[in-house]
Amino acid sequence: MQFTIEVGRYNPEGQYAENAVPGHPFPPPWNASPVRHYQTFNVELPEHAVVLDALIEIREYQDPSLAVRCACRSAICGSCGIWINGHANLACKSKLAEFTKDGKTRVESPPSMPIIRDLVCDMTPFWDKHLAVKPWLQNKLPIPPPDEEYRVPNASMEELIQEVSCISCGVCLMDCESFAVNQEFLGPQALAQAYRYAGDPRDAETKERLGDYSKAGGIWDCTHCFECVQQCPKGVAPLDQILKLRKMAVDAGFTNNPGTRHADAFAESVRDSGRLNELTLLPKSVGFFNIVEQLRTLPGAFNLIRAGKLPPLIHKKIPGVNRIKTIFERVGGRFK
Amino acid sequence: MKVAFWPGCVSKGACPELYVSTQAIAEPLGLELHELVSAPCCGAGVLSEQNAELAEALNGLTLAMAEAEGADLMTICSTCQGVLSNHNYQLKNDPARLQKANATISDQGFSYRGTTTVKHLLWMLFEDIGIDRVASAIKRKLTGLKIAPFYGCYILRPVEALGLRERPERKTYLDQLIALLGAEPVEYRGATKCCGFPMLTFNREKALAMGGSHIIEAKEKGADLLVTPCPLCHLNLDAQQPDAARVLKKDIDVPIFHLPQLLGLAFGFEPEQLRLNHHVVPTRGALEKVELKV
Repeated sequence: MQFTIEVGRYNPEGQYAENAVPGHPFPPPWNASPVRHYQTFNVELPEHAVVLDALIEIREYQDPSLAVRCACRSAICGSCGIWINGHANLACKSKLAEFTKDGKTRVESPPSMPIIRDLVCDMTPFWDKHLAVKPWLQNKLPIPPPDEEYRVPNASMEELIQEVSCISCGVCLMDCESFAVNQEFLGPQALAQAYRYAGDPRDAETKERLGDYSKAGGIWDCTHCFECVQQCPKGVAPLDQILKLRKMAVDAGFTNNPGTRHADAFAESVRDSGRLNELTLLPKSVGFFNIVEQLRTLPGAFNLIRAGKLPPLIHKKIPGVNRIKTIFERVGGRFK
Repeated sequence: MKVAFWPGCVSKGACPELYVSTQAIAEPLGLELHELVSAPCCGAGVLSEQNAELAEALNGLTLAMAEAEGADLMTICSTCQGVLSNHNYQLKNDPARLQKANATISDQGFSYRGTTTVKHLLWMLFEDIGIDRVASAIKRKLTGLKIAPFYGCYILRPVEALGLRERPERKTYLDQLIALLGAEPVEYRGATKCCGFPMLTFNREKALAMGGSHIIEAKEKGADLLVTPCPLCHLNLDAQQPDAARVLKKDIDVPIFHLPQLLGLAFGFEPEQLRLNHHVVPTRGALEKVELKV
């Protein structure tokens, strides 16, 4: 079966010419800007072939200058994460037939990561973030030599199986929409690992961790877009773990942040009226005494007023709001 | 066709134009809207993350109210759709959770049996109302307009709870609809990305940069306007657009339409009837292309 692959090429040592011929490296001048040149290849492969099969076929038989990173070919080493048709995936786990759109499949290095060459991106940001969450068990005291192995209940480890499945391929970070605009954001992989250790009963630094993760660039900088849940090849569902960390952080008392104030104001409004009160949500989330931030939201509010879009000044309750209040009294927890 | 209509909080708050335009298009589409006036806010994912049991009980109540109406639950907000779909999926597939939610709400006059289907208006157009009926309601083709679809995360991900595994075509309905109304859909990466709204209160600058960059991309591809099935996306893309332009140091000026407003225009309603004169970013330029004025 014939497949057509469009490969995003970039070579800092020699720009690929528009009329590039497969099998021939391209001469300078070197172009410093990482603009990819898309080169089309046709490959003959069985119907069940994956994207990585095509890339290896191209490198081995058509153009040895193509840079591809791969190792195990079995979705366990995590080396071959690239962008396929605009989304990050493992090349070895993505069937060509499923990804072929309008007769072709486009592959490229993910644009949110620094590019080294062709399909190989620099994973330094990924590993920096991974290390920043201290992905190891910590114990405050010197551990006395044990009489027997340390045991943890099965149930508590079952909670962490999902996070332990991470193969550090970086696919989630490559597609993370917050990371795309905010390089300071720790990102889905690192924060899923953060939960893996913060949620481990053997770790003694849980509170310190939650304090660190609550800072700028941490759990509250996730935009909740579900890209990481969708793209993770191992079902780690990083967003779910970030949300668990948010809850843990709030329960541990790290509440002086817009995220907690937002949740509190939200819940209060639903509890008391059954609906969201948009008029008070933003100022309450920002914090009434945070004058600088309050002022920054004013032009937006002014724009709404001018367009005649300001929410009603008197916030109406829904009929039967007592029903909602009762539910809050029963299961509202700290929102009672 | 009778539907249990859940308008969501935003169409009753900062986006009244969404509520008004939905009411307007109901008749030409043959929709009988039975509004769930005493249903609570879905929690927009905020309540789910802090207290899953609470969110499940609240959304279970809404699902039970629709069940009592004996009709599918229709949303007009990607976020409501995502949150309600997700809780519905959990409640339908986990009897223990259903029992727990019912234990909280059953003495309030409602109990959920797990039979409600939650559908966004966008899905209903294709799956229930029928595209022929939509086509027959068109009185004004939107020929000449280049329209960029903006779906909103919650109507696209995660695919299991939204039923997108069984119906992957749901990911293209907005594109198909734009073409059906006579306009040209703009293909761009931002169509399925996040508008940044959930981050607006936590990291304002980045949230604005996120939404703004998608509009700029669409504009560079020739879009006259963006259309969205999500009022929260609308708030970040329209109401915050002047601020996003300041953050990105670029002129943006692209109007954002709600899905029912676009349908309403094609069905022959006047822009004022759809409150297209109540947007932060003026809709004038786009409307002039189809020889309309506000």
